[in-house]
Amino acid sequence: EKTRKVAFGRIANFLGTSELDDETWEDLEGLLIQADLGVETTLDVIDALKKRVRDEGLTTTGELDQALKDELIARLQEPILPDFSHKPTVIILVGVNGSGKTTSAAKLARRFQDEGKSALLVAADTYRAAAIDQLKVWAERVNVPMIAGQPGGDPGAAAFDGINAAVARKKDVVLIDTAGRLHTRYNLMEEIKKVHRVSGKALPGAPHATWLVLDATTGQNAFQQAKAFQDAVAIDGVILAKLDSSAKGGMAFAIKSQLNLPIIYAGLGEKITDLQPFDREAFVCGIIDRSLEKNNDD
Amino acid sequence: MFENLTERLSGIFENLRRRGRLSEADVDAAMREVRLALLEADVHYGVVKQFTNRVKERAVGHDISRALNPAQQVIKIVNEELIQTLGPPSSLQLKGERPYVIVLVGLQGSGKTTAAAKLAKRLRAMGERTMLVAADPYRPAAVTQLQTLAEQIGVPVFHDADLTPPKLAEKAYQTARKGGVSVVILDTAGRSQMDQDLMDELRAIEKKVPVTETILVVDAMIGQEALNVAQGFRQALPLSGLFLTKIDGDARGGAAISIREVTGIPIKFLGVGESIDAIEEYNPDRLASRILGMGDLLGLIEKA
Ligand SMILES: Nc1nc2c(ncn2[C@@H]2O[C@H](COP(=O)(O)OP(=O)(O)OP(=O)(O)O)[C@@H](O)[C@H]2O)c(=O)[nH]1
Ligand SMILES: Nc1nc2c(ncn2[C@@H]2O[C@H](COP(=O)(O)OP(=O)(O)OP(=O)(O)O)[C@@H](O)[C@H]2O)c(=O)[nH]1
Ligand SMILES: [Mg+2]
Ligand SMILES: [Mg+2]
Repeated sequence: EKTRKVAFGRIANFLGTSELDDETWEDLEGLLIQADLGVETTLDVIDALKKRVRDEGLTTTGELDQALKDELIARLQEPILPDFSHKPTVIILVGVNGSGKTTSAAKLARRFQDEGKSALLVAADTYRAAAIDQLKVWAERVNVPMIAGQPGGDPGAAAFDGINAAVARKKDVVLIDTAGRLHTRYNLMEEIKKVHRVSGKALPGAPHATWLVLDATTGQNAFQQAKAFQDAVAIDGVILAKLDSSAKGGMAFAIKSQLNLPIIYAGLGEKITDLQPFDREAFVCGIIDRSLEKNNDD
Repeated sequence: MFENLTERLSGIFENLRRRGRLSEADVDAAMREVRLALLEADVHYGVVKQFTNRVKERAVGHDISRALNPAQQVIKIVNEELIQTLGPPSSLQLKGERPYVIVLVGLQGSGKTTAAAKLAKRLRAMGERTMLVAADPYRPAAVTQLQTLAEQIGVPVFHDADLTPPKLAEKAYQTARKGGVSVVILDTAGRSQMDQDLMDELRAIEKKVPVTETILVVDAMIGQEALNVAQGFRQALPLSGLFLTKIDGDARGGAAISIREVTGIPIKFLGVGESIDAIEEYNPDRLASRILGMGDLLGLIEKA
């Protein structure tokens, strides 16, 4: 509690009208850049804040703290969920290697089941060693049926079979876990387009959502990832995994402002229940409060 | 979004006629652009500051060479300083008594298991009798993953589901010694440097077996947290090298600078793909060019 007071005292000093100088704004700049907001977004936030300090004559610690939070929160969006009236609702998870797709698929299956929706998992990563086994362990743990492709087989075929099985078994939601791929690999991006297309053949209108799973520790490259996947398969939103780590996930701002992609869920650990609907306020507090606490410890 | 550093610097120096030396004001203007380029490459905020200070010291009063314009001149200094910071390539230091033990550590999903298989293949090709140890009991099918990769290269995997990772490491080491194995590679579970229990587990492993190399495996796409991650693992363990993975993408990889700067550990390998052959020794010139986003241009400047 003491640390926090000192911290906010310091921020008040940054932004307070009396002692405001270049160096104090630079401290704020450092805080935002270290949270991976990137230079552009950081400067944009600081400009907006300077304007508010001028226009609104903000002086107290509380006002300043709140203004910074408001500025950041306003740059994000509430999660947008797919239209679950489709039976089944088909959701594809895509992303670069190791970002958290398979774990997120399992967490979502559990979450949807808890919400009373019957789920089916599709293991369409036929490439990575033991990717199917990994999802199978999760499927058994959450007691959700799983349809798997053949190792080395066609991921499109796995998606097709999975959706058909879900239709036959009258499931509410189908979650398709795909192989990790770097967005710069042409062939693999063509492959994910095919999985996307084939889903529509299996069930007209599918997929009803395609979510990009992004590792929160990712830096500026997150933007290129989001852009490339959006160009390839029309992304509807982002799952920000590993937000429980020390990373702040600041690239979410650029991804929202430039690509208009909302964050839907946050991954908060390795356990099956460690997935929460994205909470803008908690996210922003994570950036500001945790950073300040850390700076004060140094 | 990313304008080339040369273009930016050329813009700054447009009005600068050859005055013989770079003035402090010229260099300050240039350093703002260098700083931006490094931040866009994910070099840590604090490290960028130190770095640009060093470059500035060298650049101010620097005689402008005949062959280069001021922009190229600054880039040449930046590049030299980057290469200096990144350090020379280094390989595994396998010395002393066999079996050598290599432990791979890092964040979740950074590429440890894949790196373990890549190293095993490489060492086997060098004539070492290699054994992999599956010391990740947490991630679903982590053991199967390692076994599947090991099968492709014909390297045995040691595993015992009843043992904790430190006990498993100990037993694997003894088994290796008796069996005439020369290199043991331990694949550990992904963990955050802030997770005290799991960091203690790594410490316990290193108490149980004589470790030759502790390699930190880091994803080249990582952002500003690279510094804290490296510092955290460094505090807990005697890190001896860095394995930078997923460099086959378009991430600039500025984290390598931050990690080098705060830990001093040498960069040993690059992961350049998912296949078990996709491993390379790192080249400081190439990594520096990549971080600056400049491709072949640097080579040309170096020759001037
Ligand atoms: N701390 C933390 N770890 C996570 C989270 N989500 C996933 N992980 C871990 O990150 C690692 C990679 O997760 P996976 O789900 O296998 O990632 P993936 O995207 O399916 O990986 P590939 O299929 O290989 O591309 C595993 O060790 C997971 O336990 C999270 O929200 N928090
Ligand atoms: N493109 C590319 N992918 C890689 C590279 N190294 C690893 N991968 C992929 O990254 C993902 C994660 O790799 P793993 O080896 O499972 O990572 P890990 O650190 O063992 O993960 P955890 O055990 O869950 O912490 C997999 O999809 C790998 O195929 C690389 O150099 N390039
Ligand atoms: Mg996966
Ligand atoms: Mg692993």
